[in-house]
Amino acid sequence: MSRGTLIDLLYLVSATTFIIALKGLGSPKRARLGNGIAAAGMLLAVVATFFKQVDGHSLYHVGLILVAMAIGVIVAVPTARFVRMTAMPQLVAIFNGVGGGAAALVSITEFVHIHSTRPATYVTLEVLLGVLIGTVSFSGSAIAFAKLQELMTGRPVTYPGQQIINAILGVAGLVLIIVILVNGQTTLLWVLLALAFVLGIAFVLPIGGADVPVLISLLNSFTGLAVAASGFTLGSNLLIVAGTLVGASGILLTRLMSKAMGRSLSNVLFSAFGSVVTASGGTGADARPVRSGSPEDAGVLLSFASRVAIIPGYGLAVAQAQHVLRELAEELEKKGIEVFYAIHPVAGRMPGHMNVLLAEANVPYELLLELDEANSELQTADVALVVGANDTVNPAAKDDKSSPIYGMPIIAADLAENVLFLKRSMRPGFAGIENELLYSPKTTLIFGDAKDTLTKIVAAVKAS
Amino acid sequence: MGNALLQYATVLMLTIFVGIEIIAKVPSILHTPLMSGSNAIHGVILVGAMLILGSANTTLEEVLGFLAVVLATLNVVGGFVVTDRMLEMFKAKPKAPPAKKDEVTS
Repeated sequence: MSRGTLIDLLYLVSATTFIIALKGLGSPKRARLGNGIAAAGMLLAVVATFFKQVDGHSLYHVGLILVAMAIGVIVAVPTARFVRMTAMPQLVAIFNGVGGGAAALVSITEFVHIHSTRPATYVTLEVLLGVLIGTVSFSGSAIAFAKLQELMTGRPVTYPGQQIINAILGVAGLVLIIVILVNGQTTLLWVLLALAFVLGIAFVLPIGGADVPVLISLLNSFTGLAVAASGFTLGSNLLIVAGTLVGASGILLTRLMSKAMGRSLSNVLFSAFGSVVTASGGTGADARPVRSGSPEDAGVLLSFASRVAIIPGYGLAVAQAQHVLRELAEELEKKGIEVFYAIHPVAGRMPGHMNVLLAEANVPYELLLELDEANSELQTADVALVVGANDTVNPAAKDDKSSPIYGMPIIAADLAENVLFLKRSMRPGFAGIENELLYSPKTTLIFGDAKDTLTKIVAAVKAS
Repeated sequence: MGNALLQYATVLMLTIFVGIEIIAKVPSILHTPLMSGSNAIHGVILVGAMLILGSANTTLEEVLGFLAVVLATLNVVGGFVVTDRMLEMFKAKPKAPPAKKDEVTS
C-alpha cells in the first residue's frame, strides 16, 4: 500500500470518528466519550497530514506549521479552560468565528496558489463560496461575541431600510461571484472578501441578544459549509465529510433551538425581536405600583412554605449566585421543605446553559425539572422564587396575543401561591418586554444583587 | 467535469443525510454541548490549512497559510476543550444524589 493510500485510509477512519462522535453527543450518557472520540480522530488526521505529499513533494514549512500550531494551542487552552462558565456562549462564538476565518483563508490561498494554472470554472466557484460563507461566519461571529460580551448593546440594532440594504448586499455578493466566474479577475476576489465581511456584520446587527445563541448555531453550520467548500477545492474527502456533517446537523440544530423558544427561524433572524420596547421601560414602570419587600420578609415566607419552586435565569449566573442558591435550597430542605428547580429550556443564554451552571454548583440532577413537569408541579407550590429570570416567566407569552413573545413556552410561576422576584431593577429582561407578573398582587419584589439578597435570605431562613 | 468532482458530490449528498439523521432526537439540555462539539469538528479545516502552508510558494501564500493554521488550531483545540468542560459538569450527576442526601439527613 502506498503512503498516499494509507493516509487516505487514516482520513477515512477520522471521518468515521466524527460521525460516531456527533451521534454520541446527542445522548447524555455518551456525550463526553463522543467528544473524546472526535478529538482522537482529529489528532489522527493532523498527524497523518504531516506525512502527506502535495504537488509531488513532502510538506514545506513544517517548522512554520508547528510554530503556528503552538501559538494556537497556547492561546486556546487557557482561554477555554479558565473563562467563567457564564461566558461559554461567547467562547463558542469566537471559536466558531476563527474556524470560519480559517476556511476563508484556505480558500483564498488555494486560489492564489492555483490561479496561474487557469483552474476550471467549478473550482473557482468552490473557492468563491468558501470565501463568502467563511467570511460571513467570521465577521458575524465577531459581532455575536461583542453582543454577548456586552462590548456593544445586546439590543437589536436597526436602521431604516435595513432589510433592503441587507438584500442588496446579498445580491451584490452573488453578482460579484458571477462576474468573477466569467472574467476570472483575481482582484475582484478581494472585493468579495470585503463585501462578505460587511454582510456578516449587517446580518447579525438586527438580532437581539436573547436570540444570539440560535444565531451562533446557524453561523456554526455556515462554517461547516465553508469547510466543505474548501474540501472540494483541495480535493479532500475528509473536509467534505466533516464540513457537511456540521453544516447539515447545524441547520437542524438551529431549527430545534428556535423551536424550543416557540419561534420560527425566520422570525429569529429577520424580526429584530425585542426592539419594539425601548430601554425606557424603567421610567414607564415607575408609574405603576409594585410590592417590594426585604430579604428578611422573603426568608420568613420561605420558612413557612411546604413546597418551593426555584426558577433560575441568567441574572443568577451573572451574579455568580448559583452556590448561594444551592445553600438556600439545602437550608430549606433541612426544615423539611420540598424544593425543586424549574428549568426553562433557554434559561441562561443557551439551551442547557442553566443545567451546566447548576451542575457546577453541585445541585442534584433529579431536582432539576424540565418545563412541562415543572409547570404541573408549580400548581401545588407555595412559593415560586424567581432568581434573575424574567422573560421565561412572562405570562404575556400565554395571554397577550400582541406581545412579541406570544406563543413562547414559559415557566408558569404565576400558578404558585406566592411569587418572590429577585431583581436588580425594574428594567425589562433580555427580550426588552414588560413583565405583567411584576405587578401581580401575588408578587413580592426584592431588589438588589442576587448573590447579596440570597445570602441575606439564607441568614433569615436560618434565624427563623 | 471530472470523475473526482462527481465522487465528491456523492460524498456530499450522502453526508447531508447522515448529518440530519444522527441528530434528529437530541434532548434540549444537550443542544449547547452538541453545538460546541460540532464547532470543534469543523476545526478539521486545520488539515486544509496545513496543506496550504505546506505547499506555499510565495510570501503571500506563506503569510495567509500561517494565519490559517493559527486560526484553525484555535478552533480545534478551543472547541474540544470547551465542550469537554461543559460535559464534565454532566458527568458527576449520577453519583451526586446519594452523597447529597446523606449530607442533608446527617
